Amino acid sequence: MPAASSRSARSATGGSSARSATGGSSARSATGDALLRLAAPIVFGIVALGLWQLAVGAADARTPSPFGIGARFGAQFGAIWSASIGTATNALIGLVVGTLVAVVWALLCANARWLEELGNPLVTALSVVPLVSLAPVFYAMFDSSLQTGRIIVAAIAAFVPVFFNTLRGLRTVLPIHRDLMRAYAATGWQAARTVTLPGALPFFFTGIRIASSITVISALVAEYFGGPVTGIGNAITTAVSSSDYALAWAYVLGAILTGLVFYVVTYVLEVLATRHRTTE
Amino acid sequence: MRFDTKELPEAVPAVRVAGASKTFGRKAKAVRALEAIDLDIRAGEFVSLIGPSGCGKSTLLRLIADLDRPSAGSIEVFGKPAAQARLDQEYGIAFQQAGLLPWRTVAGNLALPLELHGVPHAERNERVESLASLVGLADFIDHYPDQLSGGMQQRVAIARALAEGPRLLLMDEPFGALDEMTRERMQAELARIATATGAAVVFVTHSIPEAVFLSDRVVVMSPRPGRITGIIDVPFGDERPELLREDPAYFELVTAVREALHGTPVVRAEEV
Repeated sequence: MPAASSRSARSATGGSSARSATGGSSARSATGDALLRLAAPIVFGIVALGLWQLAVGAADARTPSPFGIGARFGAQFGAIWSASIGTATNALIGLVVGTLVAVVWALLCANARWLEELGNPLVTALSVVPLVSLAPVFYAMFDSSLQTGRIIVAAIAAFVPVFFNTLRGLRTVLPIHRDLMRAYAATGWQAARTVTLPGALPFFFTGIRIASSITVISALVAEYFGGPVTGIGNAITTAVSSSDYALAWAYVLGAILTGLVFYVVTYVLEVLATRHRTTE
Repeated sequence: MRFDTKELPEAVPAVRVAGASKTFGRKAKAVRALEAIDLDIRAGEFVSLIGPSGCGKSTLLRLIADLDRPSAGSIEVFGKPAAQARLDQEYGIAFQQAGLLPWRTVAGNLALPLELHGVPHAERNERVESLASLVGLADFIDHYPDQLSGGMQQRVAIARALAEGPRLLLMDEPFGALDEMTRERMQAELARIATATGAAVVFVTHSIPEAVFLSDRVVVMSPRPGRITGIIDVPFGDERPELLREDPAYFELVTAVREALHGTPVVRAEEV
């Protein structure tokens, strides 16, 4: 960078050192900002973990240190992995089932307002009921050695955001596009295929992204209320009841990572679906 | 008079509006948007509708397009009722917003009407390419709308309106959202395209110079209720070179339209 070096040369011959500093930083500001944005949370995290480690020391067995949790995570990785897969499988099946039902219902509602009004009370009830509280009911209804109850809880959790977002997407057709379709004398199906459905896609994927984290949480918390001895939620309660707090936290770490995978994958899908959508 | 369209007898106008009124809302809240409009537009003729906001010029265009129905009166397009003309795809249409489908490329947007009307694939591709070059966007055929400037998007929208070679082009302030320089360039382009295709054009605008530069006739409208208060002939022929904008005869007509808009008698225009 010749400009920057000439500035620093000038400052060496008596120019204002402040000016040379701003010159250098403005040349690098873009990458500098990006680096800072990346580095700041990492540094903050490390400092926080360090303080945690120092504060805990060996003082209290009920509050394990980051190193202790990390060690347990490494040692028990196989068990944590299979517990995560257990919970993730329920969450994924629930997400897929809930999404399918939500899309079908949203399509029906978009075409017949009376259907929406018919289903509205139930959908509203579903969106406010503390879902996991239904888990014991489902365990009683189905064989409690099956995952069915957990999958249903996850599916209902996924249904709500996917339904509301998809329906909104289906209803959000620009007036100009509606006029165009009429001017083209397009049939109902043609208008749906070329304008309504593609237009609703970003909304649909936003719904899935919101649903993804909720399904993992629901599938996991449902495990607290009984059912088969699988999954992270189950493993956390087991570890706590045997006073292995470091292991419990290691499972919590596994739960966080599982949720993160769901979130990142659906987030990427959403970004891909919303490309080129900034125009009118 | 532009050139005649082959199969059409001279007598059948492109658009015939007879006693058309449009009222929005009901009873106490009713707004009379248009009142007893009579207007004939010849095949190949370029007619601008001009007037202040609320004079019903866009409503009139929407009635011709059968996007809205008149409350009274009749509208014929090439001798058919407006609804039938729409079903028969007798017109192409462009709005103030480009209204492109953002998830389709330029090519996909140009192909849209052809796709909907079952034009075979090979012919479609050929047509899309020639449309893109017609509006100077051959190099941008694979771009998405969000990668284009406002002017380029509007050019795609105009090309899309021309996709099926309509004999009638309906345009609702298509250059309204563009900056002045882009606007003048697009006007010249539209004048060229209208001459080349021989299509009749109904052009809604706020801009007096734009109306005079482009039109064979300028229809002046006034609001509450919307009606036609004057029609001014613009006898400049088919060729509309940029130099026309500096011609004294052009300025005279701009003045005539302005006076008609403001309600003073249009003596000069009738003398021309």
